[in-house]
Amino acid sequence: MSIGDRFPKIDGVAKADGSGLYADDLAFPRMLHAKLLRSPHAHARIRSIDVSEALKLPGVIAALTGDELPLKYGVIPWTHDEQALATEKVRFVGDEVACIAALDERTAEDALKLIRVDYEVLPAVLSPEDALAHPEIKVNEKAKVGNITKHVNLQFGDVDRAVASAAAVAHESYAYAGSTHVPIEPHCAVARVDADGNLTVWSSTQIPHYVHRELSRVLGLSPAKVRVIQPLLGGAFGGKSDPFSLEFCVAKLALKTGRPVKILFTREEVFYAHRGRHPMKMDVTVALDGEGRIAAVDNKILIDGGAYASFGMITAYYAGQLLTGPYRFGTYRFDSYRMYTNKPPCGPKRGHGSVQPRFAFEVALDEAAEKLGLDPIEVRRRNFIGEQVDTVNGQRITSNGFLKCLELVEQASGWKERRGKLGPGRGLGVAGSMYISGTAYPVYPNEMPQSGVLVKLDRSGRVAIFSGASDIGQGINTLLCQIAAQELGCDARNVTVVAADTDLTPVDLGAYSSRVTFMVGLAAQEACEKLAEKLHAAGGATFAEACQKAEAIEGAPLAASGGYRTQKLGGDYRGGTIGASPAYSFTAHVAEVAVDEETGVWKVERIWAAHDCGKALNPTLVEGQIEGSVYMGAAEAQMEEMVYNEKGLLFGPSLLDYRIPTSLDTPDLQAYIVESNDPNGPYGAKEAGEGPLHAAIPAIANAIHDACGIRIRELPFYPQRVLKLLRERGQKEEERVA
Amino acid sequence: MMTLPPLEVLRPESVQDAVEALRAHPGARVLAGGTDLVPNLKYGMYETRHLVALRGLSNELRYVREAGDLRLGALCTIDELAQSDLLKARAPALAEACGQIAGPQLRRMGTLGGNLCLDTRCVYINQSYFWRSALGFCLKKDGTLCHVVAGGKRCVAAASNDTAPVLLALDASVRIVSPRGERVVPLREFYLADGLHNTILEPDELLVEVRIPPAAFGKRQAFLKLRTRAAIDFPALNLAVALETEASAVKSISLAVGALAARPVLIKGLDDLLGRPADARFAEELGRRAQKQCKPLTNISVDPDWRRDILPVLVRRLVLRALG
Repeated sequence: MSIGDRFPKIDGVAKADGSGLYADDLAFPRMLHAKLLRSPHAHARIRSIDVSEALKLPGVIAALTGDELPLKYGVIPWTHDEQALATEKVRFVGDEVACIAALDERTAEDALKLIRVDYEVLPAVLSPEDALAHPEIKVNEKAKVGNITKHVNLQFGDVDRAVASAAAVAHESYAYAGSTHVPIEPHCAVARVDADGNLTVWSSTQIPHYVHRELSRVLGLSPAKVRVIQPLLGGAFGGKSDPFSLEFCVAKLALKTGRPVKILFTREEVFYAHRGRHPMKMDVTVALDGEGRIAAVDNKILIDGGAYASFGMITAYYAGQLLTGPYRFGTYRFDSYRMYTNKPPCGPKRGHGSVQPRFAFEVALDEAAEKLGLDPIEVRRRNFIGEQVDTVNGQRITSNGFLKCLELVEQASGWKERRGKLGPGRGLGVAGSMYISGTAYPVYPNEMPQSGVLVKLDRSGRVAIFSGASDIGQGINTLLCQIAAQELGCDARNVTVVAADTDLTPVDLGAYSSRVTFMVGLAAQEACEKLAEKLHAAGGATFAEACQKAEAIEGAPLAASGGYRTQKLGGDYRGGTIGASPAYSFTAHVAEVAVDEETGVWKVERIWAAHDCGKALNPTLVEGQIEGSVYMGAAEAQMEEMVYNEKGLLFGPSLLDYRIPTSLDTPDLQAYIVESNDPNGPYGAKEAGEGPLHAAIPAIANAIHDACGIRIRELPFYPQRVLKLLRERGQKEEERVA
Repeated sequence: MMTLPPLEVLRPESVQDAVEALRAHPGARVLAGGTDLVPNLKYGMYETRHLVALRGLSNELRYVREAGDLRLGALCTIDELAQSDLLKARAPALAEACGQIAGPQLRRMGTLGGNLCLDTRCVYINQSYFWRSALGFCLKKDGTLCHVVAGGKRCVAAASNDTAPVLLALDASVRIVSPRGERVVPLREFYLADGLHNTILEPDELLVEVRIPPAAFGKRQAFLKLRTRAAIDFPALNLAVALETEASAVKSISLAVGALAARPVLIKGLDDLLGRPADARFAEELGRRAQKQCKPLTNISVDPDWRRDILPVLVRRLVLRALG
């Protein structure tokens, strides 16, 4: 079972039969359970916090307030704007204020009700428009100007002139709703201090390295005394890629009490931790020349960020920088504002920053093409940017299998034969997209490798791989076994992967920006190649024998390391490195929908999704990533939305009220793999975990248009919105007839 | 995770012991499948310290049998009713409604009695203590406000049981036992328009059986549930119809709608439609009448204006389905 094989996931059975050990499965003698007190106000000044009554409750062992953890933190070093527990102000309903450790969860929960917090309620801003209009209401003091987390305004070429001389222009406004990740496992962290004062934190994180750095800084401990371990993880999707309050609180409480401490979020708390999809308002212009070539794209983007920055600085860039393929843009401009608002912080959800503009652009492209009478697939084919080419904003595209993707879904969906002949209320829509395979830009500037892997051979023939990467379900640990098998000739089942443990494994920056398989894969390949040379030189009838011979020659245990070193990439302008990736993946989807025109209820019947992942290191895992991505995209189109009331309270923070599609609501998904064999990737591989999400949403919107002639420009595509548009269409038709 | 309050669980072995336990422990709540009670307890919706668990009554109260009428024990699981051949033959709309409740796991735990006695639901009440405290406590628990009807003094949390509209349309009765004896009550008199407590059950009474009259067996019947997802969701609207025709004319008609306010609504004033041809025009007319009597509210997180808007379409489809 080596590269390209359908090797079963090494943690698959343990996840399915319940034997896998997640953070919450850890328990230690004398362990305490802690609970967080949260703000009931969207914006308030804290006058005082009194925990004395809570401490008197039998079973309560310790209380923690923000004055004991004063340092601010954040995943991006330039925007440290979070505090484990608020001291001066609370900034959203659900912001953490105090923490109680007790013998059991119920006692801790009861004790929260005994904490007295004196709040001075402040006016709150709940929309990015309000945040712009009311700079005097300062949500977050980190903002230099008003409530702006980040403003990016970049222009490539003379957009206005290109629009003025275009043959067809589509100019519309689009609104993308906020949604959240919904990992099945809620966030959990456990801390323990050993007799020598070494702190270990087990956390359901996808960024152990950053958690390690921030814990040591905020707690004032040497990083050499702090260890972060990521146990088996039950889903993340970007929702576990920030340091969170619970990690600091369990650590501080463990130091304070000398006892192990655990916090397991409730589902409701996962919603407040959020870091999900940013709501965006987009004002998009797409201009085509007479041949249907994209002469200009112009996008004004207003981003609702929530109370803290998280990755928001990057979001403001990604919203523009990642749109410039798979099509060639003649000129391009984007102007994006990421605003602070008094709501749970948004962050990176699968397809970070670029899912929303991709939706708007792919719909606008159809609208412009329609004016020229161009077929939606034809306009996309005609604008294909090609391979080994630079985008308008200076990103280097290496391999590009987009045309093949388009061709596959065109054929599979029967586009030519079936489109327009499906009968009333049924339609087909297409969309394309691209995404990064990691980024050249490390979150904190440094010259060290972004990823490292250590490989050790045992004379038994067992291989041990030490990898800092977080397996969040994408399957990197399984791929490491396959890479070892490919390079060393061992059995993939005889590989032990020790992963995501800051004491034992080399640093990997984390599972975000679809960087892991690409970068960790290259690091592993490099380490294994070094050992393979020694094994070849030693010879031997079996793998174990080769290990023994090589070890005898070496006179020492056999081990090697490999790393991924950041390349210099991107345009030569401020922000030009953000979104610059060593390789880009490409995607094309066709969606088929059926619309009930009497009620507005619609259904995605099928989605054909073709994805260029460079090389499928494990086709089963790639198909799983495509299907999971398309599901998640279709879910955002169908029903997912974070809704708040006029006081900033999130409506229904539960899985009954915040609905995600069940298996019965999931369309038939047909995943197709396209292999363009990228020159930079490990064995030619590129990303597959985020790119295939993007195209699902605009493909569905475009299919709804094909089905019944309406353009839906606001997510989710609630049936009441569809029905309203259908009635407006009906009225227009009546007026025309009259 | 969310925790349960401290509870004492009583485990009676007979109906008599169960109702005695209810009498002895005022405020005790009945635990059948627990699919709704347990989350509500975690949400802090009840002050109760005692649960009366009915598992020991399974032998007594888990049956589907004919005795002239059709009798269903209150502890039949929703799943076994959805699968029951006898039910599919006699009251197919009820079997269909059962099949559309929640998802497979919950259908195997949830019971008929539990569904009929399901506490009313509201987006503002089925939430954690913290959430309700941030919102402002409402009159169903801990407060005096109503977030659905401004200035409202009566709780309008929604009847959300899928079995109720069907059994109303079929004119079923329920048998109720207490330490004082038993009574059989038509379901049409069972529900009250009060979200705090929307049934006539006294604190020491237990619903033990559902009876479907033989007159219902031959009726044309159908059930329709509006919901965002094809499983799991409570109804955004649920509708049931039972009707008889004679020589293509309507002889009797009964239409019930749930998921509005605290009481499932039986559409009134339909007698003048009797004798009319049972056709599409009749179905349309029923839709118009139903719409006038149904006022969807914001107690359910699906746009009330849209629910009201499409109600006539749903009624028409329901009736045409019943007519075949």
